[in-house]
Amino acid sequence: MTAQTQFSGGFQNAPVQAAHAFRAAMTVMARPGEIRDLKGAQPPKPLSIAAGTLLLTLCDPETKVHLAGAFNTDALREWLTFHTGAPISQAAGADFAVGSWAELSPLSTYRIGTAEYPDRSTTLIVECDALQQAGAILSGPGIKDTARLSLPDAPALQANAALYPLGCDFFFTCSDRVAALPRSTQINVEA
Amino acid sequence: MNEYNFAYLDEQTKRMIRRAILKGLAVPGYQVPFASREMPMPYGWGTGGVQVSAATLTPEDTFKVIDQGADDTTNAVSIRKFFENTAGVETTEETEKATVIQTRHRIPEAKLREDQIIVYQVPIPEPLRFLEPRETETRKMHSLEEYGLMHVKLYEDISQHGAISTAYAYPVKVLDRYVMDPSPIPKFDNPKLEMDAIQLFGAGREQRIYAVPPHTKVVSLDFEDYPFEATKADHPCDLCGAEDSYLDEVIMDDAGNRMFVCSDTDYCRSRREAGHVGRLVEENTA
Repeated sequence: MTAQTQFSGGFQNAPVQAAHAFRAAMTVMARPGEIRDLKGAQPPKPLSIAAGTLLLTLCDPETKVHLAGAFNTDALREWLTFHTGAPISQAAGADFAVGSWAELSPLSTYRIGTAEYPDRSTTLIVECDALQQAGAILSGPGIKDTARLSLPDAPALQANAALYPLGCDFFFTCSDRVAALPRSTQINVEA
Repeated sequence: MNEYNFAYLDEQTKRMIRRAILKGLAVPGYQVPFASREMPMPYGWGTGGVQVSAATLTPEDTFKVIDQGADDTTNAVSIRKFFENTAGVETTEETEKATVIQTRHRIPEAKLREDQIIVYQVPIPEPLRFLEPRETETRKMHSLEEYGLMHVKLYEDISQHGAISTAYAYPVKVLDRYVMDPSPIPKFDNPKLEMDAIQLFGAGREQRIYAVPPHTKVVSLDFEDYPFEATKADHPCDLCGAEDSYLDEVIMDDAGNRMFVCSDTDYCRSRREAGHVGRLVEENTA
């Protein structure tokens, strides 16, 4: 056993830490382009602190989680199962999917909701190497005029936004920071 | 305080509500179904708003509750006490100092800021419910963006009364897509629905959560020749003299005397403290 076991790295005070984590997650989802600190969990590598905290805040036995590519390790599966009880699933049926953009692609694998229940769509937690308020220009709900956010793949995300009110929603995590992109955001790439 | 989990609800319930809030924010105006819990208060007393507040509050928040604009009515007092006891949060009556505001049927007069969250208590979240009682049908109507029935209803208002007589729970269209019930706020408040704060709506009995992110386009339904009008009693407040606030009419005696007073008690109090004087105060001091 190394220092990190499946039992360690959870919330020390779940009600309070989860409340803080949710406030950060809700703020970024309501204001695309904003970046917030998100910490509390110490997940096994390669999962970031922000992504781990997000999973502990939102996942439980009722949510299927897909761990993509390099994130689908024994250590991570055991950690997630111990702390949340969330069933690990394939990409197609998942409520949450975690991984790098390359490993999560293509987006067409994930649920986008139905016309009558657009909420039944996958939330993707995309681990990024960097997270900056630069790059693609965002507009739409939650954004006063425009905002900027470094996006991994603007064309694919534009296609997702075109499905509105259906589509996936995204959290972008990097170390202990988080940003979000709901399907309602319009994306423009500078010419 | 130690007898309760922070903010009363268990963590799994909060996670379920939090997931619904996030999907609600991603699809503004769409009603997300959620597994509403029994709360230690009757339906109709804000069980939906209380659950949304419980899932949203952090220990550092300052919490304000209003009922028809007032901080001191039964519903507001009991919910404020509930969270003082179960979450140990600071509470306030001042709109400016609050970070989370739970409201029944009003939006405060003071402009809400970016760092504030407003939680609405919603009795009937479905704007089409009184026109079409079947959930299967209204759900289909939302999915097909079939809102003609709502316009017929507003048209019938005009044909019967000469104007759109809907005065509260006035339907709005959010982001050019979903028709939404803004909860029974007076239509005077409708223009404020495009605000800087995050707006969350909770309907406990009907088990729905929906949301409007900041700076989201919210349009009150109307016709070109009968445009939407945010109306209020044509009067200044009799206590503080405000001409821009929503007023309650209070019957004073059997002789037909009445007064008009700000429904937002904090707004009225702060104006009076700033030296503004209304008709009744002038008469009493004269």
